[in-house]
Amino acid sequence: MQNTNYLYPKGLKGWLTSTDHKRIGVMYLIAIMVFFLVGGILGGIMKLELAQPGQQVMDAQTYNGLFTVHGIIMIFLVVIPGLSAVFGNFFLPIMIGAKDVVFPRLNLLSFYIYIVGACIAVLSQFAGSGPPDTGWTFYAPYSLESDTNVVMAVFAAFVLGFSSILTGLNFIVTIHRLRAPGMGWFKMPLFPWSLYATAWIQVLATPIIGITLLMIAAERFLNIGFFDPTLGGDPILFQHLFWIYSHPAVYIMILPAMGVITEIIPTFCQRKVFGYQAIVISSLAIAGVGYLVWGHHMFTSGMSDLSRWVFSLLTFIVAIPSAIKVFNWIATMYKGSIELRTPFLYTLSFIFQFMIGGITGLILGSLATDVHVHDTYFVVAHFHYIVFGGMGFAFFAAIHYWYPKMFGRMYNERRANWAWGVVFSGFTLLYFPMFILGLQGMPRRYFDYLPEYTFGHVLSSIGAAVLLTGLFMMVHTLLAGRNGKVAPANPWGGKTLEWTISSPPPLENFVEVPTITEGPYEYK
Amino acid sequence: MFKGASNFAGSIDSVFLYITVISLVFLIGLTIAMVWFTIKYSRKRHPKAVQIKDNMKLEVAWTVIPLIIVLSMFYYGYTVFLPMRDMPDDAMLVKATGRMWDWTFEYPNGKKDRVLVLPVDKPVKFDLTSADVIHSFYIPAFRVKEDMVPGKITNMWFIPTIKDTFDVFCAEYCGQRHSFMITHAIIVSPEEFEQWLAQTDADSDDHPGLIIMRNNACLSCHSLDGSKLVGPSFKGLYNSPKKLIIDGKETQLVANDEYITRAIYDPDAELVKGYGPKLMRSYKDVISADDMVQILDYFKNHAPR
Ligand code: HEC
Ligand SMILES: [Cu+2]
Repeated sequence: MQNTNYLYPKGLKGWLTSTDHKRIGVMYLIAIMVFFLVGGILGGIMKLELAQPGQQVMDAQTYNGLFTVHGIIMIFLVVIPGLSAVFGNFFLPIMIGAKDVVFPRLNLLSFYIYIVGACIAVLSQFAGSGPPDTGWTFYAPYSLESDTNVVMAVFAAFVLGFSSILTGLNFIVTIHRLRAPGMGWFKMPLFPWSLYATAWIQVLATPIIGITLLMIAAERFLNIGFFDPTLGGDPILFQHLFWIYSHPAVYIMILPAMGVITEIIPTFCQRKVFGYQAIVISSLAIAGVGYLVWGHHMFTSGMSDLSRWVFSLLTFIVAIPSAIKVFNWIATMYKGSIELRTPFLYTLSFIFQFMIGGITGLILGSLATDVHVHDTYFVVAHFHYIVFGGMGFAFFAAIHYWYPKMFGRMYNERRANWAWGVVFSGFTLLYFPMFILGLQGMPRRYFDYLPEYTFGHVLSSIGAAVLLTGLFMMVHTLLAGRNGKVAPANPWGGKTLEWTISSPPPLENFVEVPTITEGPYEYK
Repeated sequence: MFKGASNFAGSIDSVFLYITVISLVFLIGLTIAMVWFTIKYSRKRHPKAVQIKDNMKLEVAWTVIPLIIVLSMFYYGYTVFLPMRDMPDDAMLVKATGRMWDWTFEYPNGKKDRVLVLPVDKPVKFDLTSADVIHSFYIPAFRVKEDMVPGKITNMWFIPTIKDTFDVFCAEYCGQRHSFMITHAIIVSPEEFEQWLAQTDADSDDHPGLIIMRNNACLSCHSLDGSKLVGPSFKGLYNSPKKLIIDGKETQLVANDEYITRAIYDPDAELVKGYGPKLMRSYKDVISADDMVQILDYFKNHAPR
């Protein structure tokens, strides 16, 4: 009985060639955690350099390469695939009562495309004419002129895009075709719903960045004149094309995060989600309207005044569905029976940080105020609150929530809670001072700064050290969990289908395909 | 921040305040609710959850009310932004150009400088452009920012309202020394401004070598008063003993004409001890031989000792 779960038979070859969605999810988990820690350490080194004004541990060029690779790793290798590749792969089929995704081999291919893209990204740091120094945004014409290894980095992002598109495609078809009998659209749990909305963005938006990045490469080799003004091109066109993808990409990261949170809250409150339909509709609304707000990255770019106010208006409107979700989450806690376990701690801090990220997004969405804080530390703080405080913390919540299911063991919860405390404090100390720095006018991507900005930078650097300590405590606790207590099938009292099967799940998930008769969160 | 020093700063800061205060009410309220629920309905105190039905009225309320609030935020930000884009006809026009990694400001009479000198309480508008990659012209105290895009002219205007010196930053990443692309906006009385504007390099009292260095932004990295900026101070440079790192080995020599010339034309070949490479670029194709004569004369006979 014991050895029939998906973790057996052991052996590397069996893992690397497996088309089982659970194994692929775990392989993504390992790869993404490794990249996350690398990106985090790179960020820590940046904070070391910024701990005092003047040069500390590296020169300006090295610093510029460092924030570029930090961005590329974190955006393209960690947060964009993040939740959907790891937990989507592992849990989407189970939560809808399927044995696997609809195209298991395509799924494995997506994983290897991801690995190839990641290898090219790493190679771009070492091969050729020096690490790229354009920032992850590759703005033209600097990206056309920089004599560093830009083309290879751009190509890596291009390859990674395919992995994302194929995963999205796979999930869309899986959700359409493989839901268990009786699971109508509105009986589907909300994490799969969020993956569904996300998958559409992946499929529809990613090709645009692919083409745009190819245009950069083509321009560098062939001097075509898309973006280079000396050849008659328009640098602002690049920004439009770039953000048409990269803004929706923010929703590729955050929608599944919201989905995870929407799973965790009912479980630990033992309550039906408040406003199920409202949450579904807001996911779809975010995916839809989120397409039309890219221009808010460009309020000072020299684009026309008309576009500036239209994009500002749409940006304020897209805030609403996110706000609705927050209201629904908190309403779900009302009169629940709340158990404050580790995943729930991460969930509460997610909501708190997400609210701060959202509020500061309003300041950035408003024309008058954006002019002042655009391209300052305010923006850096804002998107770290959304991407790390939001998506990152949701990822941590998810790993602590599903760990017993995935590996059949319990981690030490006392230690996990301590790690949470350190991570949360470090995060706040690292990023909150950046809001103030930004209001004071500290521009981003600065290797050095004027003395009046020292205090905020010092606090932030201390925060980075605390945060990294917390992250290592967390990872250590999770790794040590391998030898923890054996986990029961349903340790938290969850209602969705993954809690009805044994931990770890059997190879084909369900002995008997379940028939669904009621909604996913029918606590009695 | 937090001192605003232009005609826009006051109204922009009130938009900040408006959005922040309303948002804080929500943030604090929701956070308290969250924490309070966690305590009040903890499993110990509240072992059995109460299942509550969806409430359409509530959901409509918390959709419509926030919508109205954010629309008001949009509208307020928009009305304050509008005048920023409405360039007045009677304003003085300054042509500002960004280049890696410095600024040029050209005044109506043709005078050029790398610092921005402006009369207080007079409107000024800018034609912004770039000689190479995108830069962004940012004066935090004035709450203004606009990108400088190569091949294109963008605009901005404001009225400085306080006589003082303000930092001007490049806010769009532009390569290696992006963070050193800093200059100043010096706001003076209209009379002082007229005087300053009438002065040309020729009738300045300053040594021509110093003027050349000022115009080439040398002084943004090198001070004249002994303080350490990005590079070593020029104070007492000439004839001083120097500790250098050449190919990783430490060497000593005395700063003479040849050394200073090499330091300007090929800075990374001989590094002053304690400074990294790649900070100062080579000025081989920027400083002509004639200019170099002036610079050396300045160092030898006029620089502060
Ligand atoms: C971006 C900052 C920067 C700029 C701009 C800059 N320098 Fe430097 N300079 C440095 C640094 C850093 C060093 C020390 C490292 C080295 O020797 O290259 C240095 C060294 C020197 C030295 C040797 C000083 C000594 O004490 O031995 C001279 C002379 C010099 N610079 C002249 C100039 C002149 C003239 C210009 C303008 C045409 C200029 N620099 C512009 C950063 C700068
Ligand atoms: Cu610049």
